[in-house]
Amino acid sequence: MTWVNTIAQGILVGGLYAMFAAGLSLIFGVMKLVNIAHGDLIVLAAYVAVVVTDTLGLNPIFSLVFVVPIMAAVGYLLQRGLLNRTLGDDILPPLLVTFGLSVILQNGLLELFSADSRRLQAGALEVASIKLADGLTLGVLPLIQFGLAVLVIAGLHWLFYHTRLGRAFRAVSDDPRVAQLMGLDNRHVFGLAMALSLAIVAVAGVFLAVRTNFDPSTGPARLIFGFEAVIIGGLSSLWGTLLGGILLGVVQAIGAEIDPGWQVLAGHIAFLVVLAIRPQGLLARAR
Amino acid sequence: MTVRVTRATRTSSVGIALVAVALIALIAAPYWAGREGMRLLIEVFVYLVLASNWNLLAGYAGLVSVGQQAFVGLGGYVLFALATLGGVPPLLCIPLAGVAAAVVAIPVAAITFRLRGAYFAIGSWVVAEVFRLVASQISILGGGSGTSLPAFIVTGMAHSRQAREFLVYWVALGLTVVILGLIVALLRSRHGLALTAMRDNEVAARSNGIDVQRTKLLVFIFTAACTAMAGSLIFLQRLRITPDSAFSVNDWTALVIFITVIGGIGRFEGPFVGIVVFFVLRETLSDLGSIYLMILGAIAILVMLKAPRGLWGFLAERTDAQVLPLQRRVRGLLR
Repeated sequence: MTWVNTIAQGILVGGLYAMFAAGLSLIFGVMKLVNIAHGDLIVLAAYVAVVVTDTLGLNPIFSLVFVVPIMAAVGYLLQRGLLNRTLGDDILPPLLVTFGLSVILQNGLLELFSADSRRLQAGALEVASIKLADGLTLGVLPLIQFGLAVLVIAGLHWLFYHTRLGRAFRAVSDDPRVAQLMGLDNRHVFGLAMALSLAIVAVAGVFLAVRTNFDPSTGPARLIFGFEAVIIGGLSSLWGTLLGGILLGVVQAIGAEIDPGWQVLAGHIAFLVVLAIRPQGLLARAR
Repeated sequence: MTVRVTRATRTSSVGIALVAVALIALIAAPYWAGREGMRLLIEVFVYLVLASNWNLLAGYAGLVSVGQQAFVGLGGYVLFALATLGGVPPLLCIPLAGVAAAVVAIPVAAITFRLRGAYFAIGSWVVAEVFRLVASQISILGGGSGTSLPAFIVTGMAHSRQAREFLVYWVALGLTVVILGLIVALLRSRHGLALTAMRDNEVAARSNGIDVQRTKLLVFIFTAACTAMAGSLIFLQRLRITPDSAFSVNDWTALVIFITVIGGIGRFEGPFVGIVVFFVLRETLSDLGSIYLMILGAIAILVMLKAPRGLWGFLAERTDAQVLPLQRRVRGLLR
């Protein structure tokens, strides 16, 4: 029964990883940009949530009302002010600029909030749980987080294939020049894509902050988890990122059950194995 | 009409003379620089080797890795393992670390080369994390808290402390000269021409018969070996190693990338210019702590946006200068 419980907990954590991955995958899909600062932006969102809950005395879950629009605005401005200038045929500028941004964010957060690790308290919700069987208990908070992750993926899927904005995203992704000729303002569309990516980052950041301790240096590990979920699931598939996140969560949970030192390592090894035997990912669309 | 290909220019002749003078001064450094000066110079050498190798990898071969700390740490750990467990003399461990890294680089490349562009960058980072986590599981080398080089090994290197410091300094200088010399020789060879072609346009290079994948693999293995030797040198000087310091992405990759980008990526002289900027900034701003790193990151972003070929590239494009005879010029065609 402990193994069933371990796997169930792993699946629920996987929802969080899928949210890390969805924002990363969205940006890559729309503008072929790999955002190295993605993990640090998740941690930034967690700190924004800390400030919001501290000043307004809200439950962290309700702080989402503020954190999501704040991060979306940060995303839009970041894209229009900085990242749009890096886009082009050369892969170096976006990579190095987001890498520089990552170092700036980490050290900026360190200046503002010190290296002490923080955590958000969600009150009674934090310990509430549902007992399904002996030895199998699911926390209410992880369940909410997993449900939100599924909603985010489903919402993105709907947005991509059933809305004007989604059509614009697909158009600039397929051919930015032609999209521009058809009257789309690419710079604005890219800005909206980054805003959406950071809105998802905001949700992920708040749940990260409630779930575990975090400090300014924890961003890169979140980037790597999100990246692994994207590659395991399949580069161009939204539902693949959910599957990838879940698999990563389960493998990490099993690794931790064997030896706590193996938690993260087991996830990395699963990623490398998938890369070695099925580099296109598990749910890749045929090209 | 005769067509000749030449490399040397007037600036490169002056450049070679300056390099020779600088080299003589550096060989004599133990007699004028003092203990702190020598320590700083070794650090400069190490960063010069790391940045020149990253430049070769990212600037020429197009392999933008953010996981080179994997090989820095590997080099350090091979030195500690061979010296403490195998009784191998520490200085002999340095080339052995290079060989070990070259061997390890082959399976690493087999997996990470499946990822393209920026995805390769993060994939290489994952490999470095795997190395770090594995190193912290090796209890005989201290696990997560690391280990020190036993005193008898350190004192066994030379008869006095001063002699040991001189020895480590000269080994560092020698290793740097050899590695940079190898890079110059590589860039002047036909493989260097292939690399320069790949830097400028990979598709065109391929259509001219260059085996791009094979050249990339060779550069990856070469830089892994050089990076690991620099790594073993770093930890031979520090005498202590931990997984976090050995596989630090900030120390061995972020700073190295900033040095190369600020100096000029895709040019041999770039890392030299970047090293000067880096150490001048560090020695003047280090009191600022983490703000200093933010300034360095901001400068790198600014250079990437405003002068993507770096400070040296900015200068060289306007003056046609080169310090070493590396660029090929065709003479007698037009004039």
